[in-house]
Amino acid sequence: MQFFFEVLIGGLLAGVMYSLVALGFVLIYKASGVFNFAQGAMVFFAALTFVGVQEKTGLPFWAVLPITLAVMVLLGILTERIVLRPLVNQPQITLFMATIGLAFFIEGLAQLIWGTEVRRLDLGIQDEPIAVMMDNFDMMVSSFDVTAAVVAGVLVAVLAVFFNKTRIGRALRAVADDHQAALAVGIPLKQIWAIVWSVAGFVALVAGLLWGARNGVQFALTFVALKALPVLILGGFESILGAIVGGLIIGAAEKLAEVYLGPMVGGGIEGWFAYMLALLFLLVRPEGLFGERRIDRV
Amino acid sequence: MKTWMRILAGATALVIGAGAVAPVAAQQPNTQFIGITGYRVGPYGANGAAFFGGFIDYLNLVNERDGGVNGVKLSWEECETEYNNAKGVECYERLKTRAGTGPTAIHPMSTGITYALMEKAPTDKIPLITFGYGRTDATDGRVFPWVFPLMSNYWDAATGIVKFIGDKEGGDAKLKGKKIALLYHDSAYGKEPIPVLEAEATKLGFELKTIPVPHPGNEQQSQWLQIRQYKPDWVILWGWGVMTATALQTAQKTGYPREKMVGNWWAGSEIDTVAAGPAATGYYAASLNLAGKSYPVTKDVESIVYKKANKGSKAELVGTVLWNRGVAAAMFTVEAVRTAQAKFGKKPLTGEQVRWGIENLDLNAAKLKSLGFDTMLPPLKLSCEDHGGSGQVRFQQWDGKEWKSASDWMKGDTVLVRKMIEESAAKYATEKGIKAGCLPG
Repeated sequence: MQFFFEVLIGGLLAGVMYSLVALGFVLIYKASGVFNFAQGAMVFFAALTFVGVQEKTGLPFWAVLPITLAVMVLLGILTERIVLRPLVNQPQITLFMATIGLAFFIEGLAQLIWGTEVRRLDLGIQDEPIAVMMDNFDMMVSSFDVTAAVVAGVLVAVLAVFFNKTRIGRALRAVADDHQAALAVGIPLKQIWAIVWSVAGFVALVAGLLWGARNGVQFALTFVALKALPVLILGGFESILGAIVGGLIIGAAEKLAEVYLGPMVGGGIEGWFAYMLALLFLLVRPEGLFGERRIDRV
Repeated sequence: MKTWMRILAGATALVIGAGAVAPVAAQQPNTQFIGITGYRVGPYGANGAAFFGGFIDYLNLVNERDGGVNGVKLSWEECETEYNNAKGVECYERLKTRAGTGPTAIHPMSTGITYALMEKAPTDKIPLITFGYGRTDATDGRVFPWVFPLMSNYWDAATGIVKFIGDKEGGDAKLKGKKIALLYHDSAYGKEPIPVLEAEATKLGFELKTIPVPHPGNEQQSQWLQIRQYKPDWVILWGWGVMTATALQTAQKTGYPREKMVGNWWAGSEIDTVAAGPAATGYYAASLNLAGKSYPVTKDVESIVYKKANKGSKAELVGTVLWNRGVAAAMFTVEAVRTAQAKFGKKPLTGEQVRWGIENLDLNAAKLKSLGFDTMLPPLKLSCEDHGGSGQVRFQQWDGKEWKSASDWMKGDTVLVRKMIEESAAKYATEKGIKAGCLPG
């Protein structure tokens, strides 16, 4: 039983890491209805820019963080100006295709500016088992994963306050509910999109720093987006809470499946198990656990 | 304003596109043209940049220091594959038409691309050099006359690792009853050592547990919890790219000692250990070549290619595991051309002629020393029957800053490996209707 709980806790904590990436998708989808294929590339770009600036300037963490954030905000604003603004009122598939192009552009730009070398990112957080848990329960719980979970919790709280308590946040929700109605009452749609892309850039930076510290800053960071997709399907594309709950379910389920079902079929099932689980949810609840049910007049 | 910004975006995209295209040395008449299917961007761009950086640095050295191979200058063109099979084939098709003599020999630097080219190479009469990767049974040159898995193959590596573990335990006999876990990349590459490790487990009496890691391997919590539960005495790591660094980090997280982990040669470069940080300290890896800058050839590259000619690829990579491997791969190509020139004349040679040169390569210790490689590589002698030529492997240990030698050159179970290679090659020959035999010289 101790091993079961160890796998479960490990899975839940891994799920939080997926949620961090999923949050970026949710923010943009909420405000514009666009599935941002470039979110993984943004995570990579943010982490690479952070270590690149750190390497070139030798500045400490707290000085590099705002610089990188400024770069991500600039990237968000430019994306809105160059890619999205000309496509206002175009079908959603057009916007989706634009984000595919954007993903390749950002990946190429990041490698062009900072090179392709793998870099170490040290956040000063030890990725070791927590001694108390090991000594008292013989249970391996990573201090890094717990820190990441706390960071994700804080991030969700900040986003919740931002969306619910600030004027911009309320405008964002209005835009999310109905673009046309929001425009009619004078909410500047273009500004709102620029803000949302900037906030998504900030979330990408947080995810990039944590994933980069875990695996090294390298191109493979773009693949973390693949981990976020089943989370989004399960949790719903429009819900921040859904991203968190979806992440927890996917993380725990895929780890338990790999450990308990994997050996029966030769292992290596967690890659597709998460998608299968998401697919099952999709069949039962197409809008996801916390997504908004859409009813169209026909 | 809008138009201006779109033009700016377009121009930037073009610059990026141009950046993705690797450097090209113009093909010149009367040169030995070498086609390079490389990769410097994408998920394995860091690995490719180091390997092909070393490869091209050595070609430049031969031109700048020696005036080419017996007076025949080298020219080359690099085509970006992004480690993608389809692009690898596209590059191969493009490069084979570039010069009258063809691309000399192709180093696919990818097991997938190697498989994709294996049936094309005999038709086009272009040799494939697969230095430490590709199809293991291609070591039998009677069935695979156009493929050269130079030096050592995956089964040499796997049995070499078992031998190394046996030595650490106090002899092969001490392996009886031990538990070894193979943590592998869930791909054709990752599965390659399983048959030979299973045979070794039966022969030596150790227990083997195989644990696959789905691509790309950036999350390994469940695999390492299984390892924690299984409590193996040793873990063999068959990783590539991000999987290796993640494995080392997760091993630390689960409290598994890195001194009990042995990687293969594609899971043992600075790219892996630097990314893993302190978690990599103590980790062993098999190697095809030693790292370091102390070799005369490296000093020549630094002084002639980097300082004098200013044609170096990237100074930071010099002396790293993969850069040295790229230098060695280029040297094999150059020496194959030199060997072939002795038979066919001092002129640009065709792939068919170079194939003969590779098959007759004899790089003994004295020859390696004269080329400035000293102990970086073991001696190598190929034949029609043996397209590997060495079968040796050496172990290195990461001390937190650099790779340090942890063994001498050693061989695994060569008898078992040869037996399995011949059986597998014979089966392939039957399936494909190939009549095994040596090509005429």
